[in-house]
Amino acid sequence: MPEIKPQIKTEVMTVNMGPQHPSTHGVLRLVLELDGETVLSAAPTIGYLHTGIEKTTEQKKWQQVIPLVERMDYLSAQSNSMAFCLSTETLLGLEIPQRVRDIRVLLAELQRINSHLVWLGTHGMEIGAVSVMLYCFRERELLLNINEMIAGFRLFPSYIRVGGLREDLPRGFHAAVTAFLDRFLPKLDEYEDLLTKNQIYLKRSRNVGVVTKESAVARGLVGPIARAAGVDYDVRKYFPYLGYETYDFRVPTETAGDVYARYKVRVAEMRESVKICRQALQRISPTGAFAVDDPRITPPPKDRVYTEMEALIQHFLIYSQGFTVPAGEAYVPVEGPRGEQGYYVVSDGTNRPWRIKSRAPSLLACQALEHMIVGGLIADVIAVIGSIDVVMGDVDR
Amino acid sequence: MDSNTLVASLQETVPGAQLEQVASIDLQPTLYVSRDHVVALATALRDRPELRFDLLAELTAVDFWPREPRFELVYILVSIPNRLRLRMKVRLEGSDPHVATVCAVWPAANWLEREVWDMFGIAFDGHPDPRRLLMPEDWEGYPLRKDYPVQIRMTPTSAEALQVTSEEFRANVMKDRLTRG
Repeated sequence: MPEIKPQIKTEVMTVNMGPQHPSTHGVLRLVLELDGETVLSAAPTIGYLHTGIEKTTEQKKWQQVIPLVERMDYLSAQSNSMAFCLSTETLLGLEIPQRVRDIRVLLAELQRINSHLVWLGTHGMEIGAVSVMLYCFRERELLLNINEMIAGFRLFPSYIRVGGLREDLPRGFHAAVTAFLDRFLPKLDEYEDLLTKNQIYLKRSRNVGVVTKESAVARGLVGPIARAAGVDYDVRKYFPYLGYETYDFRVPTETAGDVYARYKVRVAEMRESVKICRQALQRISPTGAFAVDDPRITPPPKDRVYTEMEALIQHFLIYSQGFTVPAGEAYVPVEGPRGEQGYYVVSDGTNRPWRIKSRAPSLLACQALEHMIVGGLIADVIAVIGSIDVVMGDVDR
Repeated sequence: MDSNTLVASLQETVPGAQLEQVASIDLQPTLYVSRDHVVALATALRDRPELRFDLLAELTAVDFWPREPRFELVYILVSIPNRLRLRMKVRLEGSDPHVATVCAVWPAANWLEREVWDMFGIAFDGHPDPRRLLMPEDWEGYPLRKDYPVQIRMTPTSAEALQVTSEEFRANVMKDRLTRG
């Protein structure tokens, strides 16, 4: 009787992940080819969230662009509006008061903590640490309360305007920020207790999704992903803006370039942000100039609008015609939570922008995703997507 | 390093290139280059030890319709080792806008060039994956061109229901049963 050998038939399986997969952070679709659990190829498909914001901005007046750009990268709204305002103010040739610059630094760093908290919470949850998500969102709530305090809006404050800020800081702002900062550092230690030496987390994140230094730069990766691979590029240090050169902070870097290194870099960045916040808070006086003193751009205070004819005309002109921006182009990069972020702004000399292009760090991170997950396991795909912190609103715009 | 040294260094490496410096308000050196030398200049920018522009931060286009040359391509470059920034620009005619791809120099250019093709219809010769990026593949027109209407009503062709006759449907069901059995 002939011996019967067991025959195992294997074939490559194609799996369609997304666009409505809970852990792809929005609507990212990945078509994966799998050999067992190993990913053979990955094809990211994007564009599901494309809303044509860049085309829309060309129809709006300059000040009206701010709510739109804040909705691109919806986890770091104020970094967007700040980058847009810096580029536009460069075209206008405005000299922004020192107090406004310090407030912007403070808001940018609070926004960085806010964005990193959402990242840490969702990333932890996807890997299986659900409690981290609950704790992170608890602290983020306090930051959203601060946003509500300054602007009445929680996610998209539109508080940073071309020429300065919308209005002066509210009463009790310093106390609220100080209370948050005092509370936050011990809480950050607690999050680290949950993850940094957690064996399950280490096994899921070490040597996963590795990017080398050279590969990160060639693929246009910036921010925490590049710094985790050993590239110390940080716009705040390399090309300082808003007076960042006068603040005392360091840029944390790691060398491994894997998911765990990105986690370490982001947590260390939150600590540095707290340091910057404290320094900025000391410099900001409770009341003072909150916008440039330029009647073309800054609307007059309401009590003058109601009592003086000139102020009423000025108010009316600003809100009906807007202001014109001299023809030219400008690009002023800032360091957002996801790396170099900036708006390439072109004006033709009218009261509407000719072209606005957002430099989206998430787009390039999404492009590099294929490079990071091919050859790994399918379970690691989730860990890697979480670690590069893509915001699909920023990818598709 | 000031922009004059930069231009001299580039001129030395790529002799035939026409380089035109322009003033910029945001203090970033801005350089118009000729279309035929983009790849040679990009390679020189990346590899010359005094330049080392290793990070392609942004690649985009601007439409100046109805002016000619209509398009301007913008490459925003960063040199991390030398702490430099540069804006390299290329003017393109509106009749047949195309330029050589820089994907081989900076892999980051892949999706950025696809987006420019998608939004402006500027072709990148030799691109490894010349498809649209954000819009559906069967979309007509290039949305960010200035002559593209802002308010437009189009039936999305890719969302149309598949038209199947009842015979085809039954045949398909039968085929499915046969193969499964």
